[in-house]
Amino acid sequence: MSTNPETLSAPPDATGRFGDFGGRFVPETLVPACQELEAAFTEAWADPSFRAELDEVHRLYSGRPSILSECKNLGARLGVRLILKREDLNHTGSHKINNVIGQALLAKRMGKKRIVADTGAGQHGVASATAAALMGLECKVYMGAVDVERQALNVFRMKLLGSEVESVESGSRTLKDAVNEAMRHWVANVGDTYFCLGSVVGPHPYPYMVRQFQSIIGDEAHTQISDLTGAMPDVVVACVGGGSNAMGIFSGFVDEPTVRLVGVEPAGGAAIGKGVPGVVHGMLSNLMQDEYGQVQEALSISAGLDYPGVGPEHSYLADIGRADYPNVTDDEVIAAFRLLSETEGIIPALESAHAIAWLMREAPNMQGQTVLMNLSGRGDKDVAQMMDILADADGNV
Amino acid sequence: MPGRLETEFRAKRAAGRKLLVPYITGGYPGWQEAVRACAANGADAVEIGIPFSDPVMDGPVIQQASQAALEAGVTPQSVLDEVPGLDVEIPLAVMTYYNLVHHPGPERFAANLQRAGIAAAILPDLPLEESDPWCEAAAAHGIEAIMLAAPTAPDERLPRVAERAQGFIYSVGLLGVTGERTSLAHTATDLAARLKAITDMPVLVGVGVSNAEQAYEATRVADGVIQGASMVRRLMETGPDSVGDYVAEVRAAIDRDTVTG
Ligand SMILES: Cc1ncc(COP(=O)(O)O)c(C=O)c1O
Repeated sequence: MSTNPETLSAPPDATGRFGDFGGRFVPETLVPACQELEAAFTEAWADPSFRAELDEVHRLYSGRPSILSECKNLGARLGVRLILKREDLNHTGSHKINNVIGQALLAKRMGKKRIVADTGAGQHGVASATAAALMGLECKVYMGAVDVERQALNVFRMKLLGSEVESVESGSRTLKDAVNEAMRHWVANVGDTYFCLGSVVGPHPYPYMVRQFQSIIGDEAHTQISDLTGAMPDVVVACVGGGSNAMGIFSGFVDEPTVRLVGVEPAGGAAIGKGVPGVVHGMLSNLMQDEYGQVQEALSISAGLDYPGVGPEHSYLADIGRADYPNVTDDEVIAAFRLLSETEGIIPALESAHAIAWLMREAPNMQGQTVLMNLSGRGDKDVAQMMDILADADGNV
Repeated sequence: MPGRLETEFRAKRAAGRKLLVPYITGGYPGWQEAVRACAANGADAVEIGIPFSDPVMDGPVIQQASQAALEAGVTPQSVLDEVPGLDVEIPLAVMTYYNLVHHPGPERFAANLQRAGIAAAILPDLPLEESDPWCEAAAAHGIEAIMLAAPTAPDERLPRVAERAQGFIYSVGLLGVTGERTSLAHTATDLAARLKAITDMPVLVGVGVSNAEQAYEATRVADGVIQGASMVRRLMETGPDSVGDYVAEVRAAIDRDTVTG
């Protein structure tokens, strides 16, 4: 095991591996770009002026720190103490902005003029378009054709923000294919284009770099929950698509041995629950694939979790038994989406509702425990889709 | 000791011949006839694509052919099973993506290639740093591991790629994915020249060599060319015979300056 055993929040080894997972499986064309990015990130991350600049954008633009909210109504109903980390309150409506601000600042520092991004639910695309508008960068977003349809509002938001949105018609026409197409674009434009990946996935250094940019969630939450409860939570839970919001909050607690870490996957995209190690999008990690190694299509109600792979650090945490990765069905997610809305007045993103769905199922075994949940995003983007599913002819739920 | 493909390529080069390697998507209807047509019309080897669900180095034409083959139920093994029956004299290589090697394991994949009579393999998403497990397994089964060199590679990287390469060096013609272009990118001849200056391995340009004229242009510097999208498009539009006609046309173009006796 090459990862520093003293702290689970250490960087990956020199090959970009967390334990057996990660690496850099990219065409030769992209190797120098990955090396350049690794050097640029390492240098920037160690530079106090870069960190100060990042911190200022977080405070004065994104609205950080995000607050903790205690869910007294839902907590009482479930028999647990439930505390939400409110990433839904960030500018643009999700945790995705944390990563994008970091990468956009880095792109500028590297002298790049354009960023290209993949997006599933459109939250990363919107965050990328937002950061590009703020920092004067050009932005192009690849989005699967299926997602363009179910997240039409986010498509228009990106266009309003001045970005180009390209609908991807290949493969399963979802996030996986959007990443493929963004990578193809990067191969062809590697000189002047910065590839702004949306999660803790891809070739080294992306999984590590995106985790570092999202670690602000865990850093804040560690202090906030100590202040609020005087103790560490029993459980930290987050939804897992690629795994960036989960790594963000886990990173604050992974070295607290008493804290149980839970990453909730969709039943139709359970890379850890149902996949085996494989190589796609530049990384070796758990992957849903058929008996020959063809990557399978994920099928989830939530576009942001509709991904057959997962970040390599999650595969590592699962492998060593540090975190658990249960999965929940679309029906459980719909019930959870309604429950948080009705009991707490908070409409969650469908992605975030996966974490609530897991808690609804498991709460009977967790009576009296303190649960810190990362509410990765707000549900505005999902309201039209849920109206189709939930509303009757009169528009009533 | 060099393998069969490298031995043949070196001998042909020594005799003044430029090398032509068409790419055909395995499993696409008519692919076997297309491979035979390539062999009959002057190809020096054929690269058989094993379709993968997520081909990141391929543009629309080869993506479409791969997807059609996969939808028809083609598997890596069903392609390999057909190889012995192709009955061609020239060496055959496969081109695929690393997950189809990783999934069965490099050892088993290499053994499967060997059993099918494949000489060499090209894995465009496997860079130098990650290639040890594959190269070891390939060597153990007599499969030549063809390595790619990209136009973005700094000078210090090229000798390391060349040292590891077997068969030939695949000199990537441009910044981008497979597909036809209206002209040959200057990167194609630039990189081939950089490679020729540091190695005596055969250097073949692939990606973006789109017609007979461009093949001629590339082979003024390189030892040969690999042509994919222009082959596969013909296979899809007009069938295997038209692939054969096209190979003959490219052959004639790259032989133009060659004095044969
Ligand atoms: C609100 C929200 N949560 C979670 C995700 C999943 O991404 P990750 O697993 O990287 O946090 C997305 C992705 O689009 C999202 O929009």
